[in-house]
Amino acid sequence: MPDDSSADHEATQPFGVAPRTTDGSEQPEVGNKVGDGDGADGDDMEQSRELPPPPLPPRPSLHVPSSRPPASGSFRLSKRTSRPQLLSQPTTALSVADVHTQGRGENATATSSSASRAVSRKHSASHSGRFLGNSDSGGEDSASVISYAPTLDARLDGESLLGDVPAEATTPAWRALSAQIERDNPFETVPPESDVATLQIQHEFDEIGSVDAHGSNEETLLEAWKTKLKHFFILSASGKPIYSRHGDDQLISNYIGIAQTIISFYQGADDPLRGFTAGGARFVMLSKGPLNLVAVSRLGESDAQLRTQLESLYMQILSTLTLPSMEKMFSNRPSTDLRRPLQGTDVLLDGLADGFTRGSPSTLLSALECLRLRKTHRRAINDTLLRVRSPNLLYGLIVAAGRLVSVVRPKKHSLHPGDLHLIFNMLFEAGSVRAGGGENWIPLCLPGFNNTGYLYMYVSFFSTSERDGSGPHERPAATGGKDDELAIVLISAQKEGFYELRKMRDDLVEQLENNGSMDVIKSAIRKGHASCSDIVPGTVLRHFLYKSRGNVQFTMPSFEPYFHGLGHRRKLMSLYQTLHESIHSRTAHLKVQHCVGRDATALAWETPLFELYCVAGPQATRASLAQGANRIVQWIRREEERVFIIGGAVF
Amino acid sequence: MAARMQQGGRPGGARFAQFKLVLLGESAVGKSSLVLRFVKDQFDDYRESTIGAAFLTQTIALDDQTTVKFEIWDTAGQERYKSLAPMYYRNANCAVVVYDITQASSLDKAKSWVKELQRQANENIIIALAGNKADLVAEQPDKRAVQTADAEAYARESNLLFFETSAKTAENVKELFTAIAKKLPIEQASQRGMRGPAGRPGGVDLGNRQEAGSAGGGPGGCNC
Repeated sequence: MPDDSSADHEATQPFGVAPRTTDGSEQPEVGNKVGDGDGADGDDMEQSRELPPPPLPPRPSLHVPSSRPPASGSFRLSKRTSRPQLLSQPTTALSVADVHTQGRGENATATSSSASRAVSRKHSASHSGRFLGNSDSGGEDSASVISYAPTLDARLDGESLLGDVPAEATTPAWRALSAQIERDNPFETVPPESDVATLQIQHEFDEIGSVDAHGSNEETLLEAWKTKLKHFFILSASGKPIYSRHGDDQLISNYIGIAQTIISFYQGADDPLRGFTAGGARFVMLSKGPLNLVAVSRLGESDAQLRTQLESLYMQILSTLTLPSMEKMFSNRPSTDLRRPLQGTDVLLDGLADGFTRGSPSTLLSALECLRLRKTHRRAINDTLLRVRSPNLLYGLIVAAGRLVSVVRPKKHSLHPGDLHLIFNMLFEAGSVRAGGGENWIPLCLPGFNNTGYLYMYVSFFSTSERDGSGPHERPAATGGKDDELAIVLISAQKEGFYELRKMRDDLVEQLENNGSMDVIKSAIRKGHASCSDIVPGTVLRHFLYKSRGNVQFTMPSFEPYFHGLGHRRKLMSLYQTLHESIHSRTAHLKVQHCVGRDATALAWETPLFELYCVAGPQATRASLAQGANRIVQWIRREEERVFIIGGAVF
Repeated sequence: MAARMQQGGRPGGARFAQFKLVLLGESAVGKSSLVLRFVKDQFDDYRESTIGAAFLTQTIALDDQTTVKFEIWDTAGQERYKSLAPMYYRNANCAVVVYDITQASSLDKAKSWVKELQRQANENIIIALAGNKADLVAEQPDKRAVQTADAEAYARESNLLFFETSAKTAENVKELFTAIAKKLPIEQASQRGMRGPAGRPGGVDLGNRQEAGSAGGGPGGCNC
């Protein structure tokens, strides 16, 4: 389980967002009263809930690092007990008083309504009572692994009942457990000088060679294989390997065999294995019909995030085969070797997998990024798309540098972000379409749209760096990076629609050239992302992700100058993953979360309209972070129709 | 765009014609590499599989007076795309069927493509057989799995043009396409006044007009 063990969390309300009512603010009072949490019957907790919430305390200078403060429902129980152990963790921190965990592992009954909250408190209180007498059996619904550690001190019960990882644990067992989990924490375990993941990721995408004829290099190759931070495997239900990101069949066949054994053991018991942790890596399994997908990660993603990644790989397979044809293959012959029908799509799976390993905001947020354009410019492009739309067109997209410029679509079909992700991956990650240097006609299934049949996609790339009017398909191959390329993607259900869509492309390009839109697009591409300080002058923020939930789109500033290079970006993305998980995990009910760590402070803020994740330097105060966040929201309000496509061209 | 450029303006006596060409063959024999060499005079050592099919154009000057424009369908060799192949060869004037001279099985696949083309495609289709990866054999002769004489004999009896090529070194690539161009009914096609060769459906006309226009600048400008 990824965890925020050293990051400190709080629920607060800097933005006027309704926070979860009791958190934080009432904690001081409660904490003071509680000296004997054990066996509490819950009455005094009810009382304490009636107390008027005091104002938020100022940012404290308390050096109590990495408190593992309890989750909302029962903070009072653990407060006293956790305090003495806090000192062992080297982070800066907020005071315990205004800190809250995200409540992962919290009693399942805890919800944001105050009524059920009261219930859950009683619940946990009664647990702690029971815990005293039966300290190694734990509370059944707060089933954190740690709750069951035999060395558990009864005085810690409140905390462990919450399922929190006691980072302050001192027994060897605790340390062993928490060391594993803490490795996921970007702040703590990844100090700049000894950042294994950051160093390792430079070699993450290096090819592992093939085993030679005598197998003499197998040892070396396996060593290299084991250093990879992330692995993906896909195997059929009968255990045939279908895909592995690293290593060839011969090298990994033993491991595939083990994976198959483990998976089928649990499937045989009708209790499918969903995930486990071993050796600092998290293993997550996803079973999809005749396929089993496995992710192995040392990058600290949550199970939910890894599962999303596996879903995406599965979607890619469906996109190649369609669901019915894949199912037919397996029902005809359960031992089907899916590698043959999937031949040549490894690059697409690799593209997706490597995107996940690098950390893609788009996948994390399940949203798309748009090219920032003036509203009038975007409308002109939309109008052009509608004007030149050919009768058999289903979807039309203009994509620049991996960002959406405009969409034309039928009123009753919106675009599924997962489908778009597959298309973008095909266009911009896998080289073959781009490097072809021409136009392409690609049959593909868009599983989000319809997983039973194929659509046909016309793709035409052209470079925006050349302005000599040499025509769209005279693009210099393999020269310009993907950052200056414009793709026109036209999708139809007509197998024979190539020439029709090609004509539409010609008309579209001609009209965009004539009405100046092409120049607008090109200059927007050249401008790239604005930096954070361009967007919010003088801010402490170094980077942010803003997702508009209604539009399923996100926007972000440039990674430069703070997050230069793969390692830094990966670290930033790990932080975003942690923040994202903290407000998305099933048991989380936070609306706002503030994390402080050794090399960054961060804030996640969720409302029904948006999700915002901000990152600032380690010295940034909470107030300045909050102010930065507010100013970003103001900026988005002003710019909403520039940074997002609202509606698009609909017919 | 191109279609709006001048339509006429060709020097007296110049001939221009354009033809549809399709590349077929097993995956990884080098179809895309041959096209990339022909169209861009480039070569990638690590080329990813073609997805679907790629459409490219290239113009060659046969002589001072004669220009031929190829509209090339570079198809993916994977089995799963097989059902789409007829769409690409149905109206093709010429086809290049490619095999890998270091893989005997790829010639079998090539033969089956030839058979299919002779049965299903345009009856006047010009078919060329290309044994690619000659560079590998030049380096290590023992890598050769298909003898030149065998393939040549097969080509002769099936009435195919035949070349052993290397997309990597460019050996015989231009020769291959030039030989095809020379066998094509240029006179007939160009006399039909930019309408393209016989038997093409209306859908292609757009391409014809456009390409005709862009070639209007004169044959000299089109030489690759």
